[in-house]
Amino acid sequence: MAKRSAPEVNAGSMADIAFLLLIFFLVTTTIETDSGLSRKLPPIEDNRDDNVIIKEKNIFQLTVNKNNDLLLKTGGEEKVVEIKDLRKAAVAFLDNGGGTGPDACKNCQGARNPKSSDNFDKAIISLQNDRATKYDVYIAVQNEILAAYNQIRDREFKKAYPNLDMSFVEADRKYSDPRTSASEKESLKEKIENIKIMVPQKFSEAEPKKSN
Amino acid sequence: MSKFKKKKGGELPAISTASLPDIVFMLLFFFMVATVMRQNTLMIENKLPAADQVEKLDKKDLVMYIYAGKPSQRYESQYGTESRIQLNDKFADVSDIAAFISSERASKREELVPFLTTALKVDSDANMGLVSDIKQELRKVNALKINYTTRKGDALAGLKK
Repeated sequence: MAKRSAPEVNAGSMADIAFLLLIFFLVTTTIETDSGLSRKLPPIEDNRDDNVIIKEKNIFQLTVNKNNDLLLKTGGEEKVVEIKDLRKAAVAFLDNGGGTGPDACKNCQGARNPKSSDNFDKAIISLQNDRATKYDVYIAVQNEILAAYNQIRDREFKKAYPNLDMSFVEADRKYSDPRTSASEKESLKEKIENIKIMVPQKFSEAEPKKSN
Repeated sequence: MSKFKKKKGGELPAISTASLPDIVFMLLFFFMVATVMRQNTLMIENKLPAADQVEKLDKKDLVMYIYAGKPSQRYESQYGTESRIQLNDKFADVSDIAAFISSERASKREELVPFLTTALKVDSDANMGLVSDIKQELRKVNALKINYTTRKGDALAGLKK
């Protein structure tokens, strides 16, 4: 008998079938965006204590108007700022350390301008926006303020725990990663909390104004 | 000379397409792994703004999604071009948020309720009035953990106009 090779199966339609599946998945699925800026809203309180006295120099007051312009009021002066300069201005404000006596700030590396914030704990960033402000401008402002806090927290974290060789943001990410072991989480948690107490995020949002 | 006789004149041999299925399967597997099934059919435009200080949202089952944005083109004639809220495949009003949150809370186990996060997926062209209304409504029902869902990227790049 002559040696006959097995006939080849025609696989020409396999590509069509694969395309069909591919197109089905392309249409019915999405690439999820599952990251964003986490924030906590203030609870509604009825008996609000209105007698809190905050020194004017400790407030970094930002106002965004309906034309998406930024007005910055701090240390008794007002000026219009660009969003790209906001991060630097916020870091300079938070890091200023102009306090004396009990308010003195030993970790601040700023200009120590007596007209600007006393220390990390006292510094407050306040944001007010207009109802007609565009959402992406608002997110950009939020992002820049968060970046300013993160920059300072990173620096303090590196200074406090130099042998960890990690920044605050990385440590926080590692802490929330489910793959990190429980013992490591425990040690990270304490360090993260320490930095959070040292550089608290004091960020307040006023109710938006109605534009007219 | 007979050695060379087998060669047929002129005609090109067919190009083998045997590896085409492999390539398509490769694409298919990429999409199967990298994407998830659509939960809600979006009836609004939802181009998220970019930010670079983002945190990842873990535990998908503990997230409630609120979408907002301009109605997409096919709903424009019915709902206009003003930004609207979408909850669970339907257009909704600000006043519907409270009911939505409580129904979401009711569907979760009781001990998980305090860990619920509300993800705001808002179109970058929406205005803050709508977002503030949503936030105010969330404060009323004590759903205080929120997340502004964004793309990863340079927050300032998209603003240049």
